[in-house]
Amino acid sequence: MMTINSKMLWMNARKRGVLLLLSSFVLTLSLAAMNQAFAAIDVYEFSSEQQEDEFRELIKELRCPKCQNNNISDSNAPLAQDLRDKTYEMIVEGQSKQQILDYMVARYGNFVRYDPPLTPAVLMLWIIPLSCIALGFVLVWRRSGSKAKTDELSEAERQRLAKIIEEEKSQS
Amino acid sequence: MNRRILIFLIPFAAFLALSVFLFRGLYSDATELESVLIGKPVPEFLLQDIFSDDVQYQQDIFKGEPLLLNVWATWCPTCRAEHDFLNTLSEQGIKIIGLNYKDERPKAIRWLQQLGDPYQINLFDEKGMLGLDLGVYGAPETYFIDSNGIIRYRHVGDVNPRNWSGELAAQFAKLD
Repeated sequence: MMTINSKMLWMNARKRGVLLLLSSFVLTLSLAAMNQAFAAIDVYEFSSEQQEDEFRELIKELRCPKCQNNNISDSNAPLAQDLRDKTYEMIVEGQSKQQILDYMVARYGNFVRYDPPLTPAVLMLWIIPLSCIALGFVLVWRRSGSKAKTDELSEAERQRLAKIIEEEKSQS
Repeated sequence: MNRRILIFLIPFAAFLALSVFLFRGLYSDATELESVLIGKPVPEFLLQDIFSDDVQYQQDIFKGEPLLLNVWATWCPTCRAEHDFLNTLSEQGIKIIGLNYKDERPKAIRWLQQLGDPYQINLFDEKGMLGLDLGVYGAPETYFIDSNGIIRYRHVGDVNPRNWSGELAAQFAKLD
């Protein structure tokens, strides 16, 4: 009786644990969804859907200089608010996405873009690791190539091997 | 033999280079951004004097002699921390122009009356327009501007006796 009881208790605890995990997962999901919803409700009004889309794209691509790892859409910093307002203002004025990006970069540098242009420094970031990998492949390939050569049997060795195999066969 | 030495030396050299690079990274401050306005003139502006909305200033106030442009606000605790040292610098004869950034006028005036006014001119940038054009991302910031009105250096954070004697005084002396 005791054992069954404790086992049932254990089952219950496990069930409860699973339930708790599931519900916290659902809660996290719904919170994330709510966050999205909050982000979507803003006081900005646009004359066209295209302007609104452009605005959304821009505030996702522009990085908040104060908070480093947020875009200005996610950040609550006063500076992010200012940059959102400025972006809105420029979009309503009819400026293009590129003009707005140029305006921001002229003040805050390429840091302000989450999609920075390909400068020599950025190019190095790509080239150095890729060339290290390529170098590794070349080294491995060269080593395996030279090994294969030394492993190959000479004509005399091959004849000897064939002879040994023959002898083994006839013996069995 | 020579080849063998090379095989050891090349990875070792690469390792050393990487170590130096990463070691420097330990001591660099990622929150300190270099201003893109270095080498460029102070942006155009038209701002009121903090004490009087009848008086307006334009970018020509930065021409004539080397100046500091100090961006501050009453909501910024670090600005309070550096204020006494700005008073000291001003007493030493260093010309400082103050940019009151996204602040309230009465509070700012009270601050200057109580703590002293180290500034030659007090610009009032309520909306942060000049701040945005300068790429200000956190007060206090101090811009080093030469006699032609060209921005030569930007310091983010407070100016204090330590960093002034370390790096900033030399930057100011370099201005022509």
